[in-house]
Amino acid sequence: MGLLDLFRASRARGSATVAKERLQILVAHDRAERGRPSYLPKLQREIIEVIRKYVEIDMNAVSVNYEQEDTHEILELNIILPETARHRA
Amino acid sequence: MARIIVITSGKGGVGKTTTAAALAMGLAQQGHRTAVIDFDVGLRNLDLIMGCERRVVYDFVNVINQEANLNQALIRDKRCDSLYVLPASQTRDKEALTKEGVGRVLEELSQGFDYIVCDSPAGIEHGANMAMYFADDAIVVTNPEVSSVRDSDRMLGILSSKSRRAETNAEPIREYLLLTRYDPLRVQNGDMLSVRDVQEILSLDLLGVVPESKAVLNASNSGVPVILDRESDAGQAYGDAVGRYLGEDVPHRFLEVQKKGFFSRLFGG
Repeated sequence: MGLLDLFRASRARGSATVAKERLQILVAHDRAERGRPSYLPKLQREIIEVIRKYVEIDMNAVSVNYEQEDTHEILELNIILPETARHRA
Repeated sequence: MARIIVITSGKGGVGKTTTAAALAMGLAQQGHRTAVIDFDVGLRNLDLIMGCERRVVYDFVNVINQEANLNQALIRDKRCDSLYVLPASQTRDKEALTKEGVGRVLEELSQGFDYIVCDSPAGIEHGANMAMYFADDAIVVTNPEVSSVRDSDRMLGILSSKSRRAETNAEPIREYLLLTRYDPLRVQNGDMLSVRDVQEILSLDLLGVVPESKAVLNASNSGVPVILDRESDAGQAYGDAVGRYLGEDVPHRFLEVQKKGFFSRLFGG
């Protein structure tokens, strides 16, 4: 071990810390994704289309959350209408 | 009835075949009748690692297609009487492994063996799915590296949803983590994920930690499962892992940097 390595070893954070943080986020995301029904993105798109018939909304205004618990599944829809909703029709 | 163990990882090159060969040899050396099957159709390698490549006449696909019977295809290991190798086919494509065919062969093997070790190909395609479908236990071979850990987690998802035990609502597959190519010095320097990091992310029972070792390449060069190299760190680590699999309480070794003595510093070791 050279002198330089000694300095290197004393660094506060090695790349392993970064690796762990990245993995924790990634794995949590992958796992959440795994249990979700595959129709969710399409469902979200279609809901946006329907709402847009009546109110001008942003693509991000509709969020679809899916959670699985022991005995039941929860499908949570959250739609944010703009403050000054311009009604169509 | 045999216990079916799949050696899986998702990612390639992490040490699945090395592990399958070592584990099968370890179990057989303890007197358990063991068969090890290569599921990597088209890219067979287990025969090379086991050192029986010149004795392959019939293979797994021949047995599935009933072109040969099991006794003709199984290769008895020359070093250990209770160990048999069922090689993969080099020429067919992986679709040759039908679920019915694989199931039938495993069923027949179950009559005469205590353990059946299934060496999975990399990836999440057909061959890998067939290797894990019938498993009772899964050993997830992982390197302390981001892509390998992620792929392992992906495999865990597949094991818990697409295996026979999952589909029939039977008791879930027992899953174990085997961390390979571990370098305690790099972990100490903060450049490599530690065992604890990987365990925390995957939350699996730790079957063993195999250190990065020259012995692994030496073993594969000569077609001798590394577990037979009892002098080597990797060989001992695999020996410990077999003990733990069989329920022995074996403390983990090779997790810390080995202090080098004056002479080994001087002469390298």
